[in-house]
Amino acid sequence: MEWIQQLVNGISLGSIYALIALGYTMVYGIVKLINFAHGDVFMVGSFVGFYSISIFHLGFFPALLISMAVCAIFGVLIERIAYKPLRNATRIAALITAIGVSLLIEYTTIYARGAQPEAYPDKLLPFKNVEFFGVKISSQSLFILAISILLMILLQFIVHKTKIGKAMRAVSHDMDAARLMGINVDNTISATFAIGSALAGAAGVIFGMYYTKIEPLMGIIPGLKAFVAAVLGGIGIIPGAMVGGLVLGVIESLVSASGYSLWRDGAAFVVLILILIFRPSGIFGKNVREKV
Amino acid sequence: MLQINDINVYYGNIQALKGVSLEINEGEIVTLIGANGAGKSTLLKTISGLAKPKKGDIIFEGDSISGKVAQTIVKKGISHVPEGRRVFSNMSVEENLELGAYLRKDKQGIREDFSKVYDLFPRLHERRKQLSGTLSGGEQQMLAMGRALMARPRLLLLDEPSMGLAPLLVKTIFRIIEEINNTGTTILLVEQNANMALSIASRAYVIETGKIVLSGTPDELNQSDQIKNAYLGGH
Repeated sequence: MEWIQQLVNGISLGSIYALIALGYTMVYGIVKLINFAHGDVFMVGSFVGFYSISIFHLGFFPALLISMAVCAIFGVLIERIAYKPLRNATRIAALITAIGVSLLIEYTTIYARGAQPEAYPDKLLPFKNVEFFGVKISSQSLFILAISILLMILLQFIVHKTKIGKAMRAVSHDMDAARLMGINVDNTISATFAIGSALAGAAGVIFGMYYTKIEPLMGIIPGLKAFVAAVLGGIGIIPGAMVGGLVLGVIESLVSASGYSLWRDGAAFVVLILILIFRPSGIFGKNVREKV
Repeated sequence: MLQINDINVYYGNIQALKGVSLEINEGEIVTLIGANGAGKSTLLKTISGLAKPKKGDIIFEGDSISGKVAQTIVKKGISHVPEGRRVFSNMSVEENLELGAYLRKDKQGIREDFSKVYDLFPRLHERRKQLSGTLSGGEQQMLAMGRALMARPRLLLLDEPSMGLAPLLVKTIFRIIEEINNTGTTILLVEQNANMALSIASRAYVIETGKIVLSGTPDELNQSDQIKNAYLGGH
């Protein structure tokens, strides 16, 4: 029975990875950049949620929405200031810039508020254990899962049914052809950063609720793992990021459940190495072939 | 309708167009013929805003459009079917056509144009739910043209629509180009297949290494020995 509980924990954790991974994969899909500052947007989102709750005494949902909105704006600012001028530069230049932006956000946060951790208020959501056939599952895990799934459905709707979503897919496929349709490529790229960053902000608040401790460097490890999740699912592919995140979360909890909890963080990177050796295009990736 | 005055276009240090001037009147099919690398595609890209001229002016219906972004130019009524179709192969035929109407807000008009495009290309209607990457080359060409028509352009730029297509299909495509022209859309057609292009054109320009070297009606060009030898496989 403990296994099933671990599995549920894994899915909750995995859904947080998935939310972050979506931002990586969407941004990669459209500008071919691994935005290494994405984990730090997640951290900022977590802090925005924390301050909304502790200083402004807001409830969970308003805090979640504010955090998503602030992160969306933050993501667009990062893109406009740091990445847009490099759009025609080499990819390595943009990648190094992303690492620089990441460090800048981390240490500006430390400079502004210090490096000490904060404890997330935990009385925001009703906490009780639900029992299914003798398996105890915390209501929080279910709650996290529900919010994540809701956000992912919303994302799928935006990407497939709305005009901006179609523009995003067009730009990610062929930028010049998208321009010829009259699509404003710069705005579409900004929208992609906004949506990806909002999801990271949501993940930050959810993470804070679940693990209760947050600090300025908290974005590094979840950020890297979400990157692994995105690669695992096939970078640039949205459903891939969702599945990759969940699979990674489950693998981690199973590693913990088998008594190797200290190896947990390592497991994600073993997965990365294996996927790069055996299936570099990821679970959902396919060899792209085009008719001429 | 469109007037190009003495434009220079560069790719880095390479000059692709050298003082090109050209004129298109409303209702015409004007064709631009020339060899690979002569600058045909560059000229179309410059009209549609993907490339910027360093010198010269492009005037469309009285307004200068040179150096404007592609979005503005599409809005003004110029659609460009790029070389190699460039359909969004990760999306369905229907979604491709929707994107063609990206800047339009008139739902009713868009619906009308959907049926117009499907009338013109019945194959697209049959395959409207299919991913466009699974279409044949000819069908992709039809989709690229249909997608451009969804913007309701007054001037349509076509870049090598016959490239890589079987002869029978080339005939179909050219028949459809004439049909589009008959409904009031002016056309600038870039082609390597000079015989076919001259057969439907009202006027033609010949471009060589970035310069217009000759222009005239198809009859005049057909009589020029220089053109016969270079482009028409003359004897």
